Amino acid sequence: MRTSTDAAMVSAPGAPLGTTTAPVGSAPPQQGARVLRLVKPKAPKQPEQHAMHRPLARLLLAPAVGTLFLWMIVPLLMTIYFSFIRYNLMQPGEHGFAGLMNYEFFVTDPSFMTAVMNTLLLLGSVIAITVVVGIGVALLVNEPFPGRGIVRVLLISPFFVMPTVNALLWKHMMMNPIYGVLAQVSKFFGAQPIDWLTDYPLFSVIVMVAWQWLPFAVLIFITALQSMNREQLEAARMDGANAFQQFRFLVLPHLSRPIAVVVMIEMIFLLSVFAEIFTTTGGGPGDASTNIAFLIFKQALLNFDVGVASAGALFAVLLANVAAIFLIRMVGKNLER
Amino acid sequence: MSAPITLRIAPALAVRTVAAWLVALLIFFPIAFMLLTSFKTELQAISVSTMWHFTPTLENYTLVQSRSDYLLYAKNSVITSVVSTLLGLLIAAPAAYSMAFFPSRRTKDILMWMLGTKMMPAVGALVPVYVLAQSSSLLDTRLGLIIVFTLSNLPLMVWMLYSHFKEIPPDILEACRMDGANLWDECRHVLLPLSLGGLASTGLLCLVLSWNEAFWSLNLTAAHAGTLAALIASYSSPEGLFWAKLSAASVMAIAPIVVFGWFSQKQLVQGLTFGAVK
Repeated sequence: MRTSTDAAMVSAPGAPLGTTTAPVGSAPPQQGARVLRLVKPKAPKQPEQHAMHRPLARLLLAPAVGTLFLWMIVPLLMTIYFSFIRYNLMQPGEHGFAGLMNYEFFVTDPSFMTAVMNTLLLLGSVIAITVVVGIGVALLVNEPFPGRGIVRVLLISPFFVMPTVNALLWKHMMMNPIYGVLAQVSKFFGAQPIDWLTDYPLFSVIVMVAWQWLPFAVLIFITALQSMNREQLEAARMDGANAFQQFRFLVLPHLSRPIAVVVMIEMIFLLSVFAEIFTTTGGGPGDASTNIAFLIFKQALLNFDVGVASAGALFAVLLANVAAIFLIRMVGKNLER
Repeated sequence: MSAPITLRIAPALAVRTVAAWLVALLIFFPIAFMLLTSFKTELQAISVSTMWHFTPTLENYTLVQSRSDYLLYAKNSVITSVVSTLLGLLIAAPAAYSMAFFPSRRTKDILMWMLGTKMMPAVGALVPVYVLAQSSSLLDTRLGLIIVFTLSNLPLMVWMLYSHFKEIPPDILEACRMDGANLWDECRHVLLPLSLGGLASTGLLCLVLSWNEAFWSLNLTAAHAGTLAALIASYSSPEGLFWAKLSAASVMAIAPIVVFGWFSQKQLVQGLTFGAVK
């Protein structure tokens, strides 16, 4: 009883205007209050402090969510609409209801299964190559050696090469069956030059895409290795752990989050590889290097069949969603903080 | 070296040095080869004997400019990538701020949804976007391309900025709010200095992505708003000897962004890891 009145008497005259939340027994000046908040990070949130900012914060979110929502929903609705009508650019004026015909056509097209398989093969191989080789290269350049800075710059360069240049560079100068560098190397060793893009089209595309994305994986892994706990490694070595055990039980667990990041980002970009196929094989020979993205492109712009292409696009969206769910399950947990 | 404790998974220094240089040179080889070829004549370009010994010429570079208006395409690339990056930051930063410092129950869902839109293959939206661009006469204009680039980079930008903002202790912002700072002061004097690194790495990455973007620029532009990525694709089915010209055009297309990338690589990596890798 006595203490509370005392406190009230102390705080009432000294309290600055507006600080109605001054706690009993301590009415520090403004400066003190700030220090207090900094020292106690887990202090309960004060609703009146947020009252002003919270609606404003929602407002700040609106442009990004709004534009992205439009960017998603408008094309999606149009695609759904197109997928149910007859819509061929070569037959203008004929927009009758087609039911599920377009879907049936797209799915029963023998190219469809090939394209699905190619998409998954491309995605899986490039991720596997970049993660495995990436970890190897990162371990190789992790410790200091002469010229490490230059090596780093050389290693990262392919990441900045645009896909169309990447594709043409490999198509002509590396993989040309007569003049290409790979053919020259084969001849040097007395072997028959290989016509890569004709005989192994999907593999060739995988090589190009992996070359582009390896630097990305290497960079992420180098960054991650720099933060490894060296004392822990040293202790393991003292205890007689060999190189493989150190890698298996210390390095690999440390890299699990970086691997998740690499898989996530590459998945986003590799599901829709387009330019590399467009500029080199054109999806061929036959459908040997056609992925879903390129198959839809062929239907829309080479066969002028918007209806079928739209049905295919919805399959691509479906595939992307399956991948996204898989990804969130696998990777999302790993990224939670 | 100076540090006595080393990660001794890698073998002895000499072996490591040679191996690392070999790997690096192997990976860089295609780019080096292209650079060399761009200074050769067409005949030298395909001949093994003139692989290293030749008299450099600059004629390919002048030919590229006269054959296809390189400077116009370069200007388009610069304008579309820079403007779309700035526009993207302007939209993404407030959203990331809002979600990082005023999280709600739906924040996680919104973030996942945004990433989900990025996973939709662009080709799925090709026909509708083409039709919309055509009907609003944005086809083959820089504005049309800027809008598309901004929107397709937006999810990544929000994610990257969100993870950067998450690393700023919210108490700092709360403290200055208690001092009566309004939102503008808070952003200008506290948030901006603390997140300059994050903004830079996000901007850098989007600049690189927009510069190298090929799908939309191939399909939505032609002679007026085409970017360098589209220009290079026009070299895909040329006639006769063309390696040297192709190389010169390619070098001109990638040199700005590759050199830019060399200087900003450390900054770039930080952004790319979504704060998950320290």
